[in-house]
Amino acid sequence: MAVMEATLPRRIITTPTAGPLAALVLACVFFAVNSDQFLTGGNFSLIIQQVMVVGTLAIGQTLIILTAGIDLSNGAIMAFGGIVMTKLAVGSGLPPLLAVAAGLAVCAAFGLANGLLVTRISLPPFIVTLGMLNVVFALTHIYSGDQTVTDLPNALTFLGQTFRVGGTNVTYGSLLTILLFLLFAYLLGYTAWGRHVYALGNSQEVARLTGIRTQRLTIGVYTVAGLVYGIAALLLVSRTGVGDPQAGQTDNLDSITAVVLGGTSLFGGRGLVLGTLIGALIVGVFRNGLQLMGVPSIYQTLITGILVILAVAVDQLSRRRTR
Amino acid sequence: MIARLSAGLLAAALLVTGCGGNEQKASTSTNKVGLITKTETNPFFVKMKEGAQQAAKTSGLELMTAAGKFDGDNASQLTAIENMVAAGVKGILITPNDTKAIVPAIKKARDAGVVVIALDTPTDPQDATDALFATDNLKAGELIGQYAKGAMAGKTAKIATLDLAPGITVGQLRHDGFLKGFGIANGDPSIACSQDTRGDQSKGQEAMENCLQKAPDINLVYTINEPAALGAYTALKAKGREKEVLIVSVDGGCTGVKAVKSGQIAATSQQYPLKMAEDGVKAVADFAKGGAKPKGYIDTGVTLITDKAVPGVESKDTTFGLANCWG
Repeated sequence: MAVMEATLPRRIITTPTAGPLAALVLACVFFAVNSDQFLTGGNFSLIIQQVMVVGTLAIGQTLIILTAGIDLSNGAIMAFGGIVMTKLAVGSGLPPLLAVAAGLAVCAAFGLANGLLVTRISLPPFIVTLGMLNVVFALTHIYSGDQTVTDLPNALTFLGQTFRVGGTNVTYGSLLTILLFLLFAYLLGYTAWGRHVYALGNSQEVARLTGIRTQRLTIGVYTVAGLVYGIAALLLVSRTGVGDPQAGQTDNLDSITAVVLGGTSLFGGRGLVLGTLIGALIVGVFRNGLQLMGVPSIYQTLITGILVILAVAVDQLSRRRTR
Repeated sequence: MIARLSAGLLAAALLVTGCGGNEQKASTSTNKVGLITKTETNPFFVKMKEGAQQAAKTSGLELMTAAGKFDGDNASQLTAIENMVAAGVKGILITPNDTKAIVPAIKKARDAGVVVIALDTPTDPQDATDALFATDNLKAGELIGQYAKGAMAGKTAKIATLDLAPGITVGQLRHDGFLKGFGIANGDPSIACSQDTRGDQSKGQEAMENCLQKAPDINLVYTINEPAALGAYTALKAKGREKEVLIVSVDGGCTGVKAVKSGQIAATSQQYPLKMAEDGVKAVADFAKGGAKPKGYIDTGVTLITDKAVPGVESKDTTFGLANCWG
C-alpha cells in the first residue's frame, strides 16, 4: 500500500508532459467559462493556425534542446527561407515548387552550418546560433532590400487554404503541423536515431563510448532542424500571404518558451516533442482567450513569463526528486 | 503534485490579470471595437489608447487592445485581427506595422463584415481599409517650411534636413512639405546636407555632427521628429552654434513642446494621436448603431506650435501645445 502511494506521484513526475497538459486543460476550462466565443470549433482551428509557425519552429528547437543545445537563429532562418521562396517565385520566374525547394534547402544549409560550427570547432551552440541570428537577419534585409514580397502564386499560399471537418474550416497548414509533430514523436520515440538523440543529450561522453557517432548525429540534428524551419517558413508565407523580411524576430525565444512549457528540460536528454505541441498551444490559448475576454495583450506576455518560470521550476524540482 | 502546483499557479496567474471573477464574463450584448497599435510602449500609441478608451466609454463600446511586440511585427498584428474578429468586434482600428503585409488579414476581417480603419499610417494600397484617420504629413511639413521662411527673414539659408529613412511615406511627405513651404525644390543649392536618422535621438545627433563637418555654416535644420531635433541641438551645442541655428520639427510630443518652450526647437507641427483614436472609435460606434461606414481619408488636424510667431503664418503658443501634447 505504502509502495503504491509512493509510485503514483513518482510516475506523474517522470511523465514530463502531465503538468503542461493539466495546465492546458485548466486554461481551456477557464476561458470556456469566461467567454462565450472560446469553445467553438472555429476558434480552436484559429488557435492552431496561430501557433503552427512557432510550433513548427519549436519542433526543430526541441530536437536541438534534447541534445543539450539551443538555437537562437531559428526565427531568422525561417524569415530568410520565406524571403528566398517568395522572391524566387515572384521575381525570377522560377516555378513556385522549385522556389519552395530552394527555400527549404537554404534553411537546411543554415542548420548544417550551425551543426558544423558546434561540432567541428567545438563552439557552444548559444554562441554559434547567436552569431548566426545576426548573420541571417542581415542577409534577409540585404537580399530583400527591406521590401515585402506580395502577389504570391497559389503554390506558396496553398497551405493557408481550408477544408471542412464537421462544420469547421481547418487549414492544410494546421494539418501539416500536426502530422510533423506525430512524425517526430515517432522518430524520437520509436527509432534508434531517436534513442541516440536522447543518449547524446544525457551525456555526450557516455553516448560516444557506447559507439554513437556523436558529431555526425549532432550535425544531423541541426540540419534536420534547419529543414523543419524551412517548412515553418512555408507555413508562415501561406498564413500571411506575403514574404516579410521583418518576420520571426521574437520567434527564437517564443519557440524556446513552447519547448520549456511543454516540459522538455533545457539541460538535454529529457522531454517529448508532443509536450512542445502542448506548450505552443498553452501560449496560443492564453493569447486567444485573454483577447476574447478583452484583456490587453501585455498581460499575455506577463502570464507567459510566469508560466515559463513555473515550468522550469517544476523541471528542477522533479530532477531533484528522481536523483 | 505537479498538476496541483500547476493549477495553483495558473489560478494565481489569472488573478494577476484581474479577471478571476465571473462578472467580467465577455458578453455578446455590448458592441466591441478593437485597437491594434504598432507597439505597447511608444508614448504616441499610449496616447492613442487613451483616446480610444475615452471614446469607447462615452459611446458605450467595449474596447479590446493589442499591439505588436516590436516595430515592424506583422505576425502579432495579424493574430490580433483574427482574435478580435473571432470575438465579434464591429470595427478594428490599426496602425499597421507593415503597410503591405497586413493587407490580406484586413481583407479577411472586412469580408467578415468588420469595418477597418487605419490610424496614423496608411496601408498600401490605402483603400485596403475602409478609412484612414491621420495627420496630413505634407501639411505638417509645409507649416514649418513657411515658418522657417518667415523666421529666416531674408537671410541666406544653409539647410540640413534630418530625415526618417528611405522609402517611408511619412518621412517623404514631411520632407517634401517642408521644402514646399520654404519655397524650394529637392536639389536646391541651399540644401547643404541630408541624412537619415530613423527618428532616433542619437542617430539625429550623429547626423548633425556629420552635416556640420560637411557644411559648418548650416543655419536652418529641418528634422523628421523631435528626438532627431534634440539630437541635432546637442550636436550644435557642442560646436557652440545652438543660438544661431533655427531648428524646426514635427510631432508635438510633450518633450518636444517643452523643447520649443525652452527655445531649443523654434517651432514644431503638432499632431493628435488621441483624436485619431477618438474619432475612429466614434465612427465605429456610428456604424454599430446602423450608420454608414466611414470612408476615405479623414484629416485629424495639425497645429504649428511656437512662442516666436512670425507674421502671416498661423500658430499657437506652447501653453496650447503643452495642453494638447502626448507622451
